Amino acid sequence: MAEFRLPRNSRIKKGKHFAASNGASNVRRFAVYRYDPDSGDNPRLDTYDVDLDSCGPMILDALIKIKNEIDPTLTFRRSCREGICGSCAMNIDGGNTLACTRAIDSVKGDVRIYPLPHLPIVKDLVGDLTNFYAQYASIKPWLQSRTPPPPDQERLQTKEDQELINEPAACILCACCSTSCPSYWWNSDRYLGPAALLAAYRWLVDSRDDATGERLDELEDPFRLYRCHTIMNCTQTCPKDLNPAQAIVATKKMLAERKY
Amino acid sequence: MSLRTPLGRVLGLGTAKDGTSHWWAQRVSAVALIFLGSWFAFLLATMPGFSHAEAVAAIGRPLNSILLLLLSVSLGYHSYLGIQVVIEDYVHAPGLKVITLLLARFAHVLLVVVALFAVLKIGLNA
Repeated sequence: MAEFRLPRNSRIKKGKHFAASNGASNVRRFAVYRYDPDSGDNPRLDTYDVDLDSCGPMILDALIKIKNEIDPTLTFRRSCREGICGSCAMNIDGGNTLACTRAIDSVKGDVRIYPLPHLPIVKDLVGDLTNFYAQYASIKPWLQSRTPPPPDQERLQTKEDQELINEPAACILCACCSTSCPSYWWNSDRYLGPAALLAAYRWLVDSRDDATGERLDELEDPFRLYRCHTIMNCTQTCPKDLNPAQAIVATKKMLAERKY
Repeated sequence: MSLRTPLGRVLGLGTAKDGTSHWWAQRVSAVALIFLGSWFAFLLATMPGFSHAEAVAAIGRPLNSILLLLLSVSLGYHSYLGIQVVIEDYVHAPGLKVITLLLARFAHVLLVVVALFAVLKIGLNA
């Protein structure tokens, strides 16, 4: 059955509090989800008072400051700190986004930080994305062409054709969209989710790709594609302002077009 | 615990190569219900009264009988498609899933047949 309540050993307990040092005047409280599978303890919510006068402007700056100066046991993924790697995707102030591109002062009150929803947790803010990446691999995210490339140049596209894939190709696979989707929460074992479907769409509309029919065959399934009920959390939450919901609707239209 | 690869799990039993007709049928029956539903609301709004005799007289008029038959079938069909999706979304235990899907289908067919029988009985006796 769908899970409407967390299992007993996943319920979040009150955690430790780390007060700011004396003399800090511009203090903001960060409430951060902590979970260590090795300890056997339930997850807890630790609170950190961070002095913003000695901290960068973004949520990720605060997390790095916490890890460096307050609590080195805090675990999270981060790499590029400029919204292109997708590593620091997490649930901030109730919505999935990238910690590096979300400003601290865009959050009112305490800053609540949780991992992406409905993933198995590896530790603290790190979710297990194995299934997510396997779903991406399953849509064959590479060019499939039966036409040999021109011998002396690359495969050409018109400007208009390139514009069709500009937006879907800008996806950084941060998993914010898929983990915001209730349909993905209940059925991620069979539903591909918005990120993989946006990637599939990127190849469906690529003018150089010859496998459109085979790609549509692989998607035409009550679960893989049609578990999307147009809830549109994906589009609302995408930190890159992409539109997976629209890509999914366009894919359904392509399937209807070839059938009727 | 299984050592099956993540990709193998995602690919599962392969694609059902189905779903488009279900998706399309939901939309077609929804469009039909826009018209039939509006007509039904209009019928209720213009009824002189809701006594047994007045209701039987209204249902017995041929155009009303025909549209009520169509409404019963469209509504039952559309409702079944929706309930089916809800069950597939939320009920994952294999046995329970088949049983609830069967019950939902039987219940919808039963309700539609009862509605058809009632309308036909009144319509043909009028």
